[in-house]
Amino acid sequence: MSKRHLLALFSNFDAAEAVVKELRDVRINGFDADKDMIVKSPIEHPEVEEFLGYKPVHVQWFTLGGALMGGLLGFFLISGAQANFYAQIKGGKPIVPFPPNFVLTYEMFILGGVFISVLGFLICAGLPARRSPLYSTKVSEDQIGILVKSDENAANTLKAIFAKHNALEIQEEAGK
Amino acid sequence: MKDIREDIAWAKINQDVLKSLENPRKLYWVILFVAIAMVGVAVGCEIYQYSTGMGVSNKNNSHVWGLYIATFIFWIGMSHSGTLLSAILHLMHADWRKPIYRFAEAMTTFSLMTAGLFVAVHLGRVWQIYYALPYPNERGLWPNFQSPLLWDAMAIFTYLSSSIVFLYVGMIPDLAICRDRMHEGWRKKLYTLLSLGWEGTDRQWRNFRVTYLTIACFLIPLAVSVHSIVASDFAMSQQPGWHITSFPPYFVAGALYSGCAAIITLFIILRYVFRFEEYMTMGILKKIVRLTFAISMVWTYLNAVEFASVWYSHDQASKDVLIQKAIGTYAPFWWGMMFCGSVVPLTLAFKRFQTNIPVLFAVSLLLNLGMWLERWMIVAPTFAHGIYPWAWDHDQWPSFVQWGMVFGSFGWFTLLFMVFCKVFPSVSMYEVKEMVYHRRQETKKLEATGKFATAGKGAH
Repeated sequence: MSKRHLLALFSNFDAAEAVVKELRDVRINGFDADKDMIVKSPIEHPEVEEFLGYKPVHVQWFTLGGALMGGLLGFFLISGAQANFYAQIKGGKPIVPFPPNFVLTYEMFILGGVFISVLGFLICAGLPARRSPLYSTKVSEDQIGILVKSDENAANTLKAIFAKHNALEIQEEAGK
Repeated sequence: MKDIREDIAWAKINQDVLKSLENPRKLYWVILFVAIAMVGVAVGCEIYQYSTGMGVSNKNNSHVWGLYIATFIFWIGMSHSGTLLSAILHLMHADWRKPIYRFAEAMTTFSLMTAGLFVAVHLGRVWQIYYALPYPNERGLWPNFQSPLLWDAMAIFTYLSSSIVFLYVGMIPDLAICRDRMHEGWRKKLYTLLSLGWEGTDRQWRNFRVTYLTIACFLIPLAVSVHSIVASDFAMSQQPGWHITSFPPYFVAGALYSGCAAIITLFIILRYVFRFEEYMTMGILKKIVRLTFAISMVWTYLNAVEFASVWYSHDQASKDVLIQKAIGTYAPFWWGMMFCGSVVPLTLAFKRFQTNIPVLFAVSLLLNLGMWLERWMIVAPTFAHGIYPWAWDHDQWPSFVQWGMVFGSFGWFTLLFMVFCKVFPSVSMYEVKEMVYHRRQETKKLEATGKFATAGKGAH
């Protein structure tokens, strides 16, 4: 069955929250609230997460991996370079001195952590992305959008729910 | 005195900030013109140096590139305030930073870029910059991984690249606003490209929050390490006046101090030029002023610690340098540094001056003059009166080519900064919306519980 996209705009978080709660409570054939609903907002709003339910964030694993990789890469690159200095006279000093190498390892630890965190962010947030089937510029201004995807036959029920909660605007588009 | 009005509509925030990208006051163009002229002076000096010979740069004495390195430290120090405002205060949930942290971050990035210029400039022949790059090569120049100079190169590269990433990531939601609101043209294409298709979905915000926090956590130790390493360039040598244990914290405190003073200067300029009176409020200015005053006292204390440790160490060479600073050729500059850095900030302790814009503008410039003098007074007196008497040279004055480069660096920084503020939003729109929203919610809660009247007094 073909899918339909609906975007409803609301003036505040309370209205959006009420809609999300109702969509989660009501069983509608051809619509799964967990998978087919996206909330768009102009600000980062912790309450959105509360009413949408917990969803894990994995960026910190990228951070950990990036930082460890950066640190290890830094240390071994420097040590590798120093190990090749045997031709130079070191005057009895260690070929791979740990205290000064720690400084550069530390910098590489941070560099790896920062860059891989950003990579993780892009992957986890799905960026860069193409525009959604429906997008309103009002979402980046002052309105909260709820984008849903459903079967054709569920669209009217969803629209009725949006209208009941005083949606400012409802946009629809046939999806694939 | 409120940090921001709680009844500002979100749409108005977008409108006001986007207006700054198109329609600044005339002073903007005056500043830009002056900055270009200053850069022109530096370019002229550089050309004169190449066409006449390296002798005109006056590096053929024991002071060599002292002025350049002092200015390099100044610009590195300036960069620390961005991290203070955007990372440290972010972790402390100080939401008053929200309208001003973006330009502080930009300041971090551009001051690091300006500092980086001096690495090239101090070489004399900039096209031979690759000689300074730390990599094993065919020329028999082996990188010394135990040298603080190499640590410096790595630390500054890490700090610059991380700051750019931090600035960019934090700007993505605002770039999406610009993309949505701007008319067709090169700007819209640029914002569309840079906003990466951001739509403000719950998934994007969730990951954005964690990423921003993570980078902020990395930037704080990084900022401290960068200036500690710059301090190590000096403290790890055996030169009198430099070999001091307290140098790393002293440098970090000085960095935060000069950065905060620069924030006050730029705050006042941007507030007027871009008509940001509603966002860069007196309440916020007062908080930065108090922060600057506190840091100035820390810096003064660390100065006293430095002098005391030199005096009681009985290291005669170090004592001689300190005495030279106080009564020698550099005495006017050294006392000028003490006056600008420790006495002038006392005006910030008076309530009536904490929101007096002309006074604050003058004070912030004097503080930065003091902080630049501080860096010069770290470098130059040791060159003038080092450990070897045959290398003493008290009467050298930097050449006009050197002064021209230093002068031009201020123009270069201003040029980059002002162009940035015209192309990208210098006030974070989404964070100001958050600030307004949360303040409004707090007021509603207080009103509902009937505590508004009592809590309102002195809540900020």
